[in-house]
Amino acid sequence: MPRWPLCGICNDVILWIRFLCRSGIPMNAISQRFNYLFRSTKGLILVAIALISLVTAIWGMLSGPLKEWGISDVAVQLYGMRLVEAEREGRIIMLYHTIAMAVVAIETYLITALTPMKKEQQATINATITVGYIVSMIFGLAFAYFGHNFVFHGLFIFGQSLVFFAGVMLAVALWPWRPEFRTQDAEYARTKGGIPLERAAFFAMAVATLGSAIFGAVAGSLYGSGFETFLAEDIIRIPFKTPLQLAVIGHLHIMLALIAVALTLILGRWFDFRGKLHQWAMPLMIVGTLIITAGVWAVVPFEAIAHIIINVGSFPVLVASWLLVYFGWRKIIQERLAAQGRTRASLGQKLSALLHDPLKFGMLWQLIYMNFVVTAVGIFMAIRLDKAIRIWPLREEQIALTGHWHILAGIIATIILLLYADMTGLKGKARQWFGWIVIIASDIAFAAVSLFETKRLFVSEASQGLLVDSVMLIADAGLAITLVVLAVLMVWRLADLLRRDGRWRKETTE
Amino acid sequence: MRDERRLAKDEGRKTNDERRRTKDERRLCHIAIPVLALTLALTLTLALSSGCAAPIATAALANVDTGVAADAWAKIPAGEFVLGQHADKGMVEKPYEIMVTDVTNAQYAGYLNAALAKGTAKIAGNQVVGYYPGDLFHGHKHEKEIKAGDWLHVPLNDPSLRLAFDGKTFGVKPGYENHPMTLVTWFGARAYCEFYGWRLPSEAEWEKAARGTDDRPFPWGHEIALNNANFYASRDPFERLTGKQGDTTPVGFYNGKVYDGYQTADSRSPYGLYDMAGNVWQWTADLQTGIHDRWLRGGSKDNYGYNLRIWEHNSARPDYASPSVGFRCVR
Repeated sequence: MPRWPLCGICNDVILWIRFLCRSGIPMNAISQRFNYLFRSTKGLILVAIALISLVTAIWGMLSGPLKEWGISDVAVQLYGMRLVEAEREGRIIMLYHTIAMAVVAIETYLITALTPMKKEQQATINATITVGYIVSMIFGLAFAYFGHNFVFHGLFIFGQSLVFFAGVMLAVALWPWRPEFRTQDAEYARTKGGIPLERAAFFAMAVATLGSAIFGAVAGSLYGSGFETFLAEDIIRIPFKTPLQLAVIGHLHIMLALIAVALTLILGRWFDFRGKLHQWAMPLMIVGTLIITAGVWAVVPFEAIAHIIINVGSFPVLVASWLLVYFGWRKIIQERLAAQGRTRASLGQKLSALLHDPLKFGMLWQLIYMNFVVTAVGIFMAIRLDKAIRIWPLREEQIALTGHWHILAGIIATIILLLYADMTGLKGKARQWFGWIVIIASDIAFAAVSLFETKRLFVSEASQGLLVDSVMLIADAGLAITLVVLAVLMVWRLADLLRRDGRWRKETTE
Repeated sequence: MRDERRLAKDEGRKTNDERRRTKDERRLCHIAIPVLALTLALTLTLALSSGCAAPIATAALANVDTGVAADAWAKIPAGEFVLGQHADKGMVEKPYEIMVTDVTNAQYAGYLNAALAKGTAKIAGNQVVGYYPGDLFHGHKHEKEIKAGDWLHVPLNDPSLRLAFDGKTFGVKPGYENHPMTLVTWFGARAYCEFYGWRLPSEAEWEKAARGTDDRPFPWGHEIALNNANFYASRDPFERLTGKQGDTTPVGFYNGKVYDGYQTADSRSPYGLYDMAGNVWQWTADLQTGIHDRWLRGGSKDNYGYNLRIWEHNSARPDYASPSVGFRCVR
């Protein structure tokens, strides 16, 4: 007989619903909030961020410093998790897939809100991806951590399929050759025939993402079956990898890269990227995205040259992101100086104008910071692999790789957070405190992790103790502060939802 | 008139809205700042308290006698066993014996003195070196060529070396006699075993000795506790002296005994081997085809608990020496 490990939680949910029905809380109030949370862009993003925060809060207890402090053992008992040592890799893969689905959903909400498309297309895409990622998250985590009910596994796959299907609908909605989207506005990049290149860049990204998802799904359907899976860092020093092993490595790299590409395009829209720089950046973005994707897919048949293709494709994408940052920062400065009534300003005044808004400055700063702690480290590792990295034991290389993509994922998360805070219209001191704390705390943590992952370049194993203990402490503290700020934001939004006439009411119609 | 009144009412509502929002934001700051300060303080307190627990006098840990003989061997029968993370079928064709503990500093110092006298090892600058006949080179990408010649066995200038060398004779720094020999390369480990007519274990031999015939993830069973083995942040007494990275523990330390108030769990493998998880990674004989790394097994004092699972692999070039890598032999 299959077990139903969540039946206790299900009972609790039913009891809560009964309680709400009997407590006299008007159903109208609930439906209005439901309408906000699941129909408006800001509400949908809030739900996704809240769910990611919840997953991070619960599952974060199982690793890192909380494991060292013995909290993970208590948490496992408290939640009734059933953890089999041999299934750790499978569990982790399901965990970060569920989080990734939510992040992809957030990006989709932003794309459907920021790019012109039919209202019904937006509603259908948003509804499909919302059901998809929530089903995938709930049942994926239930399967991975609370016992193997294969109905849950089926629903996890079903949820992911819905997310994929929403992606197909998004690609259709973004189709840039449709006559109604053609533009003659010279401010934005376009072809001679008026095809908007920014829309084409979104479209290229969406199609590349769909293909790359299939690329991973094929391998995943083999290794995921029976929980016999592996983390990519476990196989890096196997010189002769099978095509499916290569596909897994390719999949994780390209998906994270495409999430970053999508976010850069979204930031472009948010800042209303336009003008000459836009006309240079968009072709670079399209070409770069397609070359990177082709390079990663080529990992399977042409592993020897795939890295070269990927590096060639990465360069135009990086240049496009730098152009966006230049445009955005210039715009922030100009708007601030105009608001101050200045027509001319010194360097210091311009710098002050740039830094006056940590949310807007921070989103773009994190793109630049990514170059130091992710891109530069990655390029160094690729170029000096045999001379500097392979002289370390495998475990050190694994640490470097894991740190590398954790930082990239973390930076993407902070950009989304800053963007969301900007969307909600945080003002005054709250805006300053939130923005600067996220930027400073997370960047200190990322710098500490970068030092940790490359420690062998600076310090011998014999004398690494102080460095390791210090950077781990700094990284943990930085991440803890960032998470607490996120938690405060979420509690604040929750409190707002309990108000009859809170911010949520206005955001419902925005 | 009515429109004007409505407009004025709307304006008033807007101002009220703005006022309320500013108040909200101020309230948010008032909550956020103390919560942040508290979190930072709590994080630092917990981190520092876990890293710097009450110090124990070094003298109390010097010359810890675990009662486990470092020259003991365990018999392992031939036959099938459960191999790897996904319970594949493994096979060891012949019965063999494996050392019950890692080779200790005292044992290795004794070997070096005998090998120097015999000429199978020699001193070259700050290194102990010895001859190795070389590996077949295929010219693969990332493949390191291991040519015939003298290769590093033990670096003598590394501060973490527990051996003492006066220019002629090797000894052991006080207190480390029964700790596992570390900072020994694969060449040095192989040379030790071959000097006595033994050899390094194959990966399959190592795994069967660690696991027995069931599918347990750790040599002692299915779960890992802090007092099962020496690993990162496991709070053993040596870690309390040196920080979370810790130091090696004497071979056979985790045998159920109490040391200066610290209760260990009896963490023998099914065949009675100690330290098959944690303390130091162990060199195995198998060559990693294509890149000439050698496999390391067992996890070390520097790794998290999950790295101590029996199927976990590490690998390094054969001339790599580390304070967290040791070995044991089979015969």
